Amino acid sequence: MTTNLLLGDVKEGAELPILEKEVKPVTVVLGAMASRDWRPQHHDYKFATENNGLQDIFMNTPNLAAWFERYLTDWTGPKGRLGRIKFRMKDSIYPGDTMRFAGKVTGIEKAAPGVGWVDVSIELTAGEKDCVACEARIAVPETPEANPWKLRGDDWKP
Amino acid sequence: MAAQSADDLPEEVQSWIGQERYTEKTEFPIEMGYVLTTLSATQNGNPLYWDEKVAEELTDGPITLPTMVSVWFRPHDWSPGRTEPAVPLQLHFDLKDRLGLPEAVMSDNTIVFGEPIRPGDELTTTQILYSVSPLKKTRVGRGRFWDFGVRIVNQRGELCAEERYTGFGYNRDPEADADREGTK
Repeated sequence: MTTNLLLGDVKEGAELPILEKEVKPVTVVLGAMASRDWRPQHHDYKFATENNGLQDIFMNTPNLAAWFERYLTDWTGPKGRLGRIKFRMKDSIYPGDTMRFAGKVTGIEKAAPGVGWVDVSIELTAGEKDCVACEARIAVPETPEANPWKLRGDDWKP
Repeated sequence: MAAQSADDLPEEVQSWIGQERYTEKTEFPIEMGYVLTTLSATQNGNPLYWDEKVAEELTDGPITLPTMVSVWFRPHDWSPGRTEPAVPLQLHFDLKDRLGLPEAVMSDNTIVFGEPIRPGDELTTTQILYSVSPLKKTRVGRGRFWDFGVRIVNQRGELCAEERYTGFGYNRDPEADADREGTK
């Protein structure tokens, strides 16, 4: 049995549960390989430090997108359907950092019969570093029977 | 709406603005192996991807994570007969090359999701350049911002996603490097 967030449970200004994860070298390398990102700055310490002048290998953007998706669907449950995501990279995340995802509901809007949009702003920080700003729009059901994944064509306008 | 471009661009780069380039198919049919690896990498227990019954009920069968859309058009690191390393987002690398800006970072990325991508799908991507800024000086160096996008459709022509990127190509600023390294 899985639990799904319903639109009526969401209030503008509400905060999502915090997610914290320690980053290890394998977090960076596994994420880069999963996203087919073979660039050396995500697995080669010597390249990252000597060629790029960075302190270590660092998390790649496509994998961070997957972390944002995980953060959102942890909250909504599997019926949460991502419509749009925007992120701005501000600082790098390295092994030894602890990622901290903190989200807040910034808007609620009708999407289609039985489904609503929830706009969420997420800050990804690591210690004192402000690393990524993310704005996401995710569809959630209004009733237990509704299912955003069934929307097609003109009913799906994120 | 595309930002206004600089008027001092090389003619070739100017001609790219607004044109569809690098229309290409994914190198392999979409499969779930990378999905499971991504779920593992992000410790994501969403039953939509782990439980066939949930996938059948919600999405009429398995789908891939929406945010994985760019994964499917990254080239293999090596393949037979290739003499030059293939790079994703070739347009971005073309801009670095033609504008003489060897370093680059991506600052903004927006993805709008459409039809879910399913195992077995074959995707086609098209890259399009929207704008290139005048030369600007930032804390990492002097260069230009460019705004470009990628449109992804499946084998039925259904729009799966549109990605929009802002990149900054630049020449490193030796003074800024010295500041960062504490040698100044």
